Amino acid sequence: MTKRALRNDVRIIDTTLRDGSHAMAHRFTETQVRDTVRALDGAGVEWIEVSHGDGVGGSSFNYGFSGTDEMTLIAAAREEARQARIAVLLVPGIGTVDDLKRAHDAGAEMVRVATHCTEADVSPQHFAAARDLGMETVGFLMMAHRTDPADLAKQARIMVDAGCECPYVTDSAGALLMHEARARFEALLAEVGDEALVGYHGHQNLSMGVANSVIAYETGVRSIDGSLCALGAGSGNSPTEVLAAVFDRLGVDTGLDAGALLDAAEDVVRPYLQRWPKMDRNAIVQGWAGVYSSFLLHAERAAERYKVPAHEILRRCGELGYVGGQEDMIIDVAIGLAAERAGS
Amino acid sequence: MDIPKVPVAIVGPGHIGTDLLVKLRRSPVLDVRYVAGIVESEGLARAREAGVAASAGGVDWLLAQDPLPRIVFEATSAKAHLANAPRYEAAGIRAVDLTPAHLGPMVCPAVNGEDHLDAANVSMITCGGQATIPMVAAVSRVTPVPYAEIVASIASRSAGPGTRANIDEFTHTTGGAVAEVGGAARGKAIIVLNPVEPPMIMRDTVFCMIGADADRAAITASVHDMVLRVQEYVPGYTLRAEPQFDEPTDEWGGHARVAVFLEVKGNGDHLPPYAGNLDIMTAAAARTGELMARAELGALA
Ligand SMILES: NC(=O)c1ccc[n+]([C@@H]2O[C@H](COP(=O)([O-])OP(=O)(O)OC[C@H]3O[C@@H](n4cnc5c(N)ncnc54)[C@H](O)[C@@H]3O)[C@@H](O)[C@H]2O)c1
Repeated sequence: MTKRALRNDVRIIDTTLRDGSHAMAHRFTETQVRDTVRALDGAGVEWIEVSHGDGVGGSSFNYGFSGTDEMTLIAAAREEARQARIAVLLVPGIGTVDDLKRAHDAGAEMVRVATHCTEADVSPQHFAAARDLGMETVGFLMMAHRTDPADLAKQARIMVDAGCECPYVTDSAGALLMHEARARFEALLAEVGDEALVGYHGHQNLSMGVANSVIAYETGVRSIDGSLCALGAGSGNSPTEVLAAVFDRLGVDTGLDAGALLDAAEDVVRPYLQRWPKMDRNAIVQGWAGVYSSFLLHAERAAERYKVPAHEILRRCGELGYVGGQEDMIIDVAIGLAAERAGS
Repeated sequence: MDIPKVPVAIVGPGHIGTDLLVKLRRSPVLDVRYVAGIVESEGLARAREAGVAASAGGVDWLLAQDPLPRIVFEATSAKAHLANAPRYEAAGIRAVDLTPAHLGPMVCPAVNGEDHLDAANVSMITCGGQATIPMVAAVSRVTPVPYAEIVASIASRSAGPGTRANIDEFTHTTGGAVAEVGGAARGKAIIVLNPVEPPMIMRDTVFCMIGADADRAAITASVHDMVLRVQEYVPGYTLRAEPQFDEPTDEWGGHARVAVFLEVKGNGDHLPPYAGNLDIMTAAAARTGELMARAELGALA
């Protein structure tokens, strides 16, 4: 496989309209999507990810039903984009190749296939389908803190051999400290760097997203995720506007217009934010205890329903080692905590 | 005088086939006469140790035996079953299919075990289907269920290479069976693999959309009854909590929701207890085979 040529020194993929879907409880409207895409497109962003937060097919009781059908949102984004292209997320076990085909029909040209960091061997079926559709491919190794760098590199190898053009160190819990992130970047680059790009997707739970992005670039990572206003699960993602400003200061060419992104964040995204992702107690606990960031809103809801603190639910989820997709276990944990309290 | 038993065979002496052998040998109505594989394996050796005729000669060997089995339990692969099924049928042998081939009607013993007693071929759906469909059926027999969704979490170590290579098959088949066998108008299935050590015991969550004024006490009672029915063949099938009812919301189109949280602990016959997903499959297959055999014996009597 030959490595994709880059348009700039580094490729910034914006996930406001996908990871941000978690923070919006999956209720993005078509107008919000169009406005955001127009602003990102005008600021020079090359790839814009749009879909339910848990990927295509994610609309469900377990993760939350989409307010607007994601295929409608993808098609609207595609229509609005002048130079930017549309990416979608697909989590095998939740979404299927059928969902991917629908997203492709709606205008998506890249898929990011996401598995837990030790389970890459559920992805080949989806990479093969994506390549058949002529889509560009990225592989998310989620909760990358949950395995060591050498094993993460082996998992990246499985994805690359299956047709993935860019495996990602995906720090779903926002748990990776700088040295831990660096070790993983280096391991992936050593294993697949000759054939594939390597990427980084950060969360701000411990405030590491931007710092780790700089380390990523220094190490040789060439695909980095951001979200406007950090809009994403947990305390959100590395803010795209901050990444643009920081890389500009470093003299790294991202192809992004930092001023236009600041305007986009301030004038387009901020007015529709229901919550500005922040480092509050619950989100910090997620980074600290290594909990999947998307659990946040679900834990808050279960906390209200069962009258137990959300941060205790999240901590317990960390102790039990729950992974992305197990949102149902949040309710189970809350019921258990409520019973413990009643018993004591 | 001995109660007559129905002669049966296992084809595919891998993990599933070996666990099934242990279960079938306990059956009062099934007599495991043959185990067929295609390569010499630990599974064949175990069968011989147990005094069962076993060969790596595959279906050719099996069909040359006298007497022929009345029922074959197939635990090979979907592809192998597609090739073998017509040969069984031609020989008048019925098949209980544990692979994802899905040639015959889908059977979940606690729900529709009596409905296909004379089918030539029955499909055991999927592990997640066996675990969750009884709960969907428990709700749908009390009140209409416009939509049901199941989430199966299994230990990474219990997911075989076949399951991993074609995880979409699980999603499609289970989602379809949640509707078709479970009685929901629409079904969706999600599967999550978790590598935590020590391995997690299989967990399943069943969400059913119900009417705002559905009879909640009747649903709860029906769920408890159904758990008892499944426990007859999977003793480790338990509720983690009482069914949870959530009030109607706009997001749910004005419907309410009932959620059932399950744990499925295996019997530890050949596979470890955490692999409840594999155990419920072999247990359901054994149960289905017994129901078919009892029907045959009843017809003879
Ligand atoms: N592992 C799971 O999660 C799971 C759950 C439910 C159902 N299943 C299904 O059960 C089946 C068996 O799974 P497993 O984990 O035991 O696999 P396995 O690979 O351990 O066992 C398969 C066995 O079948 C034998 N075999 C293959 N082709 C044959 C043929 N033509 N004739 C006779 N024997 C043949 C193999 O040699 C092997 O011994 C698969 O279809 C699988 O999809 C698996």
